[in-house]
Amino acid sequence: MGSIEANGKSYETDEEGYLADLNSWDKDVAEVMANIDDCELTDNHWEVINFLREYYEEYQIAPAVRVLTKAIGKKLGKDKGNSKYLYELFPYGPAKQACKYAGLPKPTGCV
Amino acid sequence: MPEESKKFMYINRKAPYGTIYAWESLEVVLIGAAFEQDVSLAFMDDGVYQLTKGQDTTGIGMKNFSPTYSALGDYEVTKIYVDKESLEERGLSLDDLQHLVWEDEDEDWAEKDSIRLVSRTEMADILAGQDILFNF
Repeated sequence: MGSIEANGKSYETDEEGYLADLNSWDKDVAEVMANIDDCELTDNHWEVINFLREYYEEYQIAPAVRVLTKAIGKKLGKDKGNSKYLYELFPYGPAKQACKYAGLPKPTGCV
Repeated sequence: MPEESKKFMYINRKAPYGTIYAWESLEVVLIGAAFEQDVSLAFMDDGVYQLTKGQDTTGIGMKNFSPTYSALGDYEVTKIYVDKESLEERGLSLDDLQHLVWEDEDEDWAEKDSIRLVSRTEMADILAGQDILFNF
């Protein structure tokens, strides 16, 4: 267990830095998590983060990377629905890293 | 799909809550789907309750994971066999189940039904045609 400070608020995390409580998420903590990884969140990052939050809201799971890639392609176009684009945005792995910033648990089956 | 892919079937026989089997099965299916095998699911006995619409778990303090079945199509799990007699014995019909679909990328994302109602005899033939069976 650990915690992250953002904008004067404290957020509880698990040992890998994922938020303990999905409902405590806000944009500030996403920014701080990204800063820790030396990553600056652009609109393109937010598109994926928001997509993941919507996906979780609907299906109650974080999608596997293959599923994420395909779904992004369908929603945002083929130029974004490919692993090259997603890995450029999230070099630590699109599902893992983007899910973390989105406040979701680590995707099922991810090690 | 690779030529050497095996036919995996996950058999679900228990009610969704009360034991961990239903959720564990679903998690294993989602993990296994990443390995691009030929995956199908079977629901029989009380397992048919797993697919019912309108589940509400607020009274038992468990996560309602029924929305996750709708994600199976995204994981390319497109064959969900439901034992017709098990439904009938419980006074249920196809209308009581969630409408699960998958989208066919080759046909401009046309939606297709995932659930196939089968008789016990048909189910026996389907089971006999599998390489690997997982019982939950």
